[in-house]
Amino acid sequence: MMDSTNNLTPHTVQKKRRFRLPRWLNTFNIGLIMVMMLLGLALLAPLLSPFDPNVQNIQDRLLAPDAVHWFGTDRFGRDLFSRVLFGARPTLILVSLVVILTVPIGLAVGIFAGYFGGWVERILMRITDIVMSLPSLVIALALVSILGPGLMNGALALAFTSWPSFARQARTETLSIRRSDYLSAARMQGVTGLRLIVGHILPLVLPSAIVRAALNLGGIILAAAGLGFLGMGIQPPTAEWGSMVSSGSRVIFDQWWVAAVPGFAILFASLAFNLLGDGLRDKMDPRHDK
Amino acid sequence: MNLIELNDVSISHVQGSERNTVVHDVNLTVKAGECFGLVGPSGCGKSTLLWVLAGLNPHWSGSINMLDQPLSAGKVFTGDLRRRVQMVFQDPYASLHPKHRLRRALSEPLKLLGYQDIDDRLSEGFKQVGLAENMIDRYPHQLSGGQRQRVAIIRALLLEPKLLLLDEPTSALDMSVQAEILNLLNDLKAKRDLTMVMVSHDPDVVDYMCDHAVTMKAGRIDQEKFYN
Amino acid sequence: MTNNSSLIRIESLKIGLEDGTELVKGIDFSMGRERVALVGESGSGKSLTARSLMGLLPDSLHVQADRFELLGEAVLPYNQRQWNQLRGKQVAMVLQDPKYALNPTQNIGRQVAEPLVLHQSLSKKVRIEKVEHMLDAVGLPNPAQLRKMYPHQLSGGMGQRVMLAIALINDPQFLIADEPTSALDHAVRDQVLELISSLVEERNMGLLLISHDLQQVADYCERVLVMYQGQLIDQLAASELSNASHPYTKTLWSCRPNIDKRGESLPILDRKQIASLTEGAAR
Repeated sequence: MMDSTNNLTPHTVQKKRRFRLPRWLNTFNIGLIMVMMLLGLALLAPLLSPFDPNVQNIQDRLLAPDAVHWFGTDRFGRDLFSRVLFGARPTLILVSLVVILTVPIGLAVGIFAGYFGGWVERILMRITDIVMSLPSLVIALALVSILGPGLMNGALALAFTSWPSFARQARTETLSIRRSDYLSAARMQGVTGLRLIVGHILPLVLPSAIVRAALNLGGIILAAAGLGFLGMGIQPPTAEWGSMVSSGSRVIFDQWWVAAVPGFAILFASLAFNLLGDGLRDKMDPRHDK
Repeated sequence: MNLIELNDVSISHVQGSERNTVVHDVNLTVKAGECFGLVGPSGCGKSTLLWVLAGLNPHWSGSINMLDQPLSAGKVFTGDLRRRVQMVFQDPYASLHPKHRLRRALSEPLKLLGYQDIDDRLSEGFKQVGLAENMIDRYPHQLSGGQRQRVAIIRALLLEPKLLLLDEPTSALDMSVQAEILNLLNDLKAKRDLTMVMVSHDPDVVDYMCDHAVTMKAGRIDQEKFYN
Repeated sequence: MTNNSSLIRIESLKIGLEDGTELVKGIDFSMGRERVALVGESGSGKSLTARSLMGLLPDSLHVQADRFELLGEAVLPYNQRQWNQLRGKQVAMVLQDPKYALNPTQNIGRQVAEPLVLHQSLSKKVRIEKVEHMLDAVGLPNPAQLRKMYPHQLSGGMGQRVMLAIALINDPQFLIADEPTSALDHAVRDQVLELISSLVEERNMGLLLISHDLQQVADYCERVLVMYQGQLIDQLAASELSNASHPYTKTLWSCRPNIDKRGESLPILDRKQIASLTEGAAR
């Protein structure tokens, strides 16, 4: 064999390389930074906000953004910047509640259906189909009007209609690994029942459920804002983005910022979770690796 | 002594409400301590037969005696029988749980059986198959194909099986690694009084390893061959 | 070399990851219109080398070479369009598993004709004729009928013959076959290798046959290149294999089991010895 080291002459050719963004500047990291900002602002709202979000000051009503009120004031003279900061809190709490309620239910239904097959599967999946074909916002509105408006009831109402997509995905994935060699091997070693489901199937189904949750969060934020807009969410005077847009919409032609500021907050939050979810999916699915 | 006796065994694949018989009227016996080979082209039913012997496919008819007890069709293996029949799968990349470290994968069944000296048994197993013990905290994707197949062999042997089923144990491996694994299997068979049933599509491997082999064709036994 | 017009000439080819890990550590080889086997274990860099010859490496890999010529052209700086011109016309490849390499939604005739559509302008009638002729040449029965069949209706061996038909229909100058038989049944393997080898010889092409089973491919090649951990550690004529001097080649040559070796243990690699040998060679 020829000694290659002394051949490293200047005429060494290299494959052309395409221009690429720096490695750290990817969807996941941008989404993560935005979500962290959101969480930070919500947590530190009392420290960051220059005014009490609920104190009304009629003299200062509907002021345009200036050095004192950065985002202006609403029709009760409340500082919009402070209200938007505090408004992040109910939104994030509601979103977390929905996730905590839906992911476990969806996973349990899906894994049991996929693992047991037969009648168990048919019954569970038909229930899933039925819930899935309900119009989610209408059902949520109906539930809230029965249960009464509020944070917890809003979360319950949204959770009721958003678990089926998790169940379907978990079932499909369970089906695809049900006959895998490693599960057969585990059965041959005497691992059965709940032990097999929790210890062996769940770890493989969980990552994509988390991705889906992150992707769903954007939609849930919009739905939560929708409930607030229709007056079915958290009740005033507590700051909530949906109801803030709703009250701002009355003056949208003259004082557009009153509706636009919480509107942008909703956009930002929804985008943050969408980016995070997209990035997570790219990270976890090797097929997207390119 | 016969470890396995099959009389008129037929096996079907069940898909929904349809039954499709893929193995027809197989009669064969496997003696304790022998290496028995099942050879044939893909689709001949050899793997299907092996999965019945492994207790992973209950859709069969006829009569089967294994380890001195009659099996009943439609039932899964339990108790002592379950542990005494173990298998090494074809694809070492698919037979180890991707999210479990080796320690967990190997110790879980021992815990279920209530053993106390699990660490000793694991390190003994690693020694037997010639793997470094410090690999025990790795994930399967951090191992090469040959190393994974060695782990799969440890996993099977830890339960002290009487019957070791081998489903094309080397067909996914490099030729040079195949030699290492076949040597290992021969070693273990000599040391541990194991009976082996090996499925392969490579007649050379069966010629080299087995004491007794049948060739299958379209779901039936075509030829039987004894080596000595 | 048997032929002066070199099809492939490579000097100091290095393929590495972005973090600097070298997977192929500077190899040199050239080949003309001959049949050459590239042998090694998984991870030896043999498939990467072959893929670099087709311009099929992912962007995340870093390729460099002092010389990287295909058919006399320096192709390393080629872009996708230029590669597409070359691939399927001058250079063709047969992959490991026909199950994944054939498109399940298109019939065989269409897939075999595709390289013709891309690289030549022929009338439909001539195309069909060529396709049927090619299917016949790779030993498939009833080409006219087969043209209308779909991949799932074929066995593995037939699928691989179809792959070969696709590869050869534009009369390329050379063929790269990456483990063309490892997904096939043992009985079919020799048939497929025999077919590849004889077609290549008939058409006076070059063949680079990649495999991990030295004994099996030796009969179908004139020359053997042996790779180990990114280095080309041995090259020799296939007829010289039985008295190979390199210990790695020796073991690869003799580790295949057979009935005569019953009762004895198979020769295995002494990886430490080989590691010390390759280090010596690199210095």
